[in-house]
Amino acid sequence: MQRTISFTLNGKPARVRVDDERMLLWVLRSDLGLTGTKFGCGEALCGACTVIVGKEAVRSCVTPVKDVAGKQVLTIEGLNRNGRLHPIQEAFLKHHAFQCGYCTSGMILNAYALLLKTPRPAYADVIRHMDDNLCRCGSHLRIVEAIQEAAGAMKGGAC
Amino acid sequence: MLRGPDDLSRREVLALAGSGLFIFFPVEPLEAFQEPERLPARQAYPTDFNAYLRIGADGRVTCFVGKVELGQGSMTTLGQLLAEELDVALDSVDMVMSDTDVCPWDMGTFGSLSVRQFGPVLKGAGAEARAVLLEMAAENLQAPAERLQVKAGVVTDPSAPGKRASYAQLVQGKRIERRLAKAPMKPVTAYTVVGQSPRRKDALEKVTGRAKYAGDMLFPGMLHARVLRPPAHGASLKDLDTTPAEKAPGARVIKDGDMVAVVHERRDLADKALGLIKAQFERPGSGPNDKTIFDHLLKTAPQPRVVDESGSVPEGAKLCRTLVERTYLNSYVAHATTETHAATAMIEGGKVTVWASTQTPFPVKQQVAQTLGLSPQNVRVVAPYVGGGFGGKSASRQAIEAARLAKLTGKPVQVVFDRAEEFFYDTFRPAAVVQILSGLTGAGKIGVWDYKVYGAGDREAKQFYDIPHQRTASSGGWQGGNPPGMHPFGVGPWRAPSVNTNTFARESHIDILAAAAGIDPVEFRLNHLSDQRMRRVLEAAAKQFGWKPARRPSGRGMGAACGIYANTCVATMAEVAVDKKTGQVQVKRVVSAQDEGVIVSPDGSRQQIEGCITMGLGYALTEEVRFQDGEVLDKNFDTYRIPRFSWLPKIEIVLIENKELPALGCGEPPIVTMGAVLANAIYDAAGARLLQLPMTPARIQEALKQGL
Repeated sequence: MQRTISFTLNGKPARVRVDDERMLLWVLRSDLGLTGTKFGCGEALCGACTVIVGKEAVRSCVTPVKDVAGKQVLTIEGLNRNGRLHPIQEAFLKHHAFQCGYCTSGMILNAYALLLKTPRPAYADVIRHMDDNLCRCGSHLRIVEAIQEAAGAMKGGAC
Repeated sequence: MLRGPDDLSRREVLALAGSGLFIFFPVEPLEAFQEPERLPARQAYPTDFNAYLRIGADGRVTCFVGKVELGQGSMTTLGQLLAEELDVALDSVDMVMSDTDVCPWDMGTFGSLSVRQFGPVLKGAGAEARAVLLEMAAENLQAPAERLQVKAGVVTDPSAPGKRASYAQLVQGKRIERRLAKAPMKPVTAYTVVGQSPRRKDALEKVTGRAKYAGDMLFPGMLHARVLRPPAHGASLKDLDTTPAEKAPGARVIKDGDMVAVVHERRDLADKALGLIKAQFERPGSGPNDKTIFDHLLKTAPQPRVVDESGSVPEGAKLCRTLVERTYLNSYVAHATTETHAATAMIEGGKVTVWASTQTPFPVKQQVAQTLGLSPQNVRVVAPYVGGGFGGKSASRQAIEAARLAKLTGKPVQVVFDRAEEFFYDTFRPAAVVQILSGLTGAGKIGVWDYKVYGAGDREAKQFYDIPHQRTASSGGWQGGNPPGMHPFGVGPWRAPSVNTNTFARESHIDILAAAAGIDPVEFRLNHLSDQRMRRVLEAAAKQFGWKPARRPSGRGMGAACGIYANTCVATMAEVAVDKKTGQVQVKRVVSAQDEGVIVSPDGSRQQIEGCITMGLGYALTEEVRFQDGEVLDKNFDTYRIPRFSWLPKIEIVLIENKELPALGCGEPPIVTMGAVLANAIYDAAGARLLQLPMTPARIQEALKQGL
């Protein structure tokens, strides 16, 4: 159904008039021009499109935009604060926890959701939480190290 | 073209209509520096160093290279090479890559050639420019050039403190017209930038989501296109009804020759409209599938061509007490990059620009020109950041389609494959059969080696152990020239093409011979290795791993394998646990030692080795493309399983600095050992010898049952 959906996007009010069954991924990329959120598989199998809705990591390629009405949506573009990198971004940068970078937005946001819930995750927590985000370049080792370092830097504080 | 968001000219900033968003695409001022000799008609690297570098009035250096940043880090390592020879700070170098209008010609980014083959060209340009600048400084400072020193782009005269001239002052933003016949490159011992591990130049853009890929290019009025695809290779369109799609609001159907496409301003609505097209295809007759493919290959392959021979195989066989004959198989494997093939094409004033996820922007330029009937000067291809290649983005059908559709619609058009298209049109790593006949002498030495590979290709097929009588033959491969239908769909380079197959077969077979001889497999290899570089990596890996000799299978789950690719030597050891009931394998630890000559960036090399080890787990354990009668049955990551976090072993890397050799390739070599090292470790753990990749739980259970 064509209607106006209002939500908070990266801390600012957003309104789009769209078919409310359309997937959030394409509304973000095509309608709002936020291309940091990537298309990888279209079936919630790879995690490249991961964004935060409320406090949860969701796969925007299978999330109808009507589901985010009235909610807080965070994408990679909104993660920095006052122009400063988020500690998770800092850690990914320092560890070079990426190669091609295509999965990186989804990795960082899924890690963000983990640290919201589990500020001091054990190694096994990180592995379990990140397992459905795919990286073809094989940066897994560095991503795990970066998340652990970010958790330490944030000293258990909220994201 | 890639560079930082600063330094934008007016024309580079386009407001996106209505959205208030900006995208950046540089057109000037680089075009102003375009010299005819920078793009030679013949396909070769230009000899004029101005093609590779420009020193701005602000002292910043722009480095132009035709190579593509695929994730392998060449934006940084190539910058290091230029900064080293030119004697400027790496931070002052801005990279402009893979833009056919402003970068020097390059055939493509593959084969671990960026540093190994193109590196010396770029270094030579830097060295000549430095020598010319020194000459200019000598005149400027009225001091002999031999006395002058350069640091971070500033020339000083040690005997006249205070006398200095920066590159920026000397050049004043102009093109350097002076040439030198010969300029020596720095000795390795003088390196200060090469050998360091600087921050990757793409780091900030990639962790902030600002890095632009081909599918991130947005233009006012741009249309997203979805092309109607056949259900199987060889299927033909029999009946078509596009009426329902034409009625979808905002959608338009385009028919042109063999192409039927839907365009829409929104990608997802183009998807939806494509789904409304009613198309009947006639499928091809029955063909091979993923189980019958190996017989099919042997039936269709031409007579193997001998690529190497020494001694006499029949004579060697006579020396042997035991003959060991085995056949090794591997399936088709997909590239499965996280970014699917993407392209955005725009035509302005008779000139087409295509931003494409491609490893081969210059060849794609020729293809676009040919398809659209344009002269190559009217085609510009830019590979922005590419989301993984591994050989799969050498083929670039999507770029041609986007260009055709831009011409047909008169609008900018974007084509981004969905995951099923990505699997369907992938140029797979070929399925292959390797037959090895070998034998052991009474002294526990290999007396004969007769090797035949079908389907994969002959790269590194020749073995490197000391064997008196040997022959290597190859039939067909990834490079084409195969009889029609031998491979039922496109095959092509896949990270270290041919070599994963050849190393799996060779190193598995060496282990079988070691077990037959009752000798520890590392000791057995050393007994047959006079190549000092290979000995050194194997010994280094063994030391790091804590290898303890034992007869196999020992039950400990430890394996070793050696490999060579692009003259880089690698030895890998692994420890695995095998659940004999389920056939599940957990890889616990991998140690890899590598001699890649001079190391440009130790951290960059480590990234590549870690990536190879992790990616290699996939082709070793789970990855195989299932297909039937031309249909690719794997359409997404639910059935095609690639490595995940939970597979991650402990990884230890030993980099062996070898300053006697130039910088070699490092993005591909370590992956070649992963099949064999895990096969050998699985054998050591469970006593099951796997002769087919991938080593799935079902195949492991089968091998255990048969007592192989």
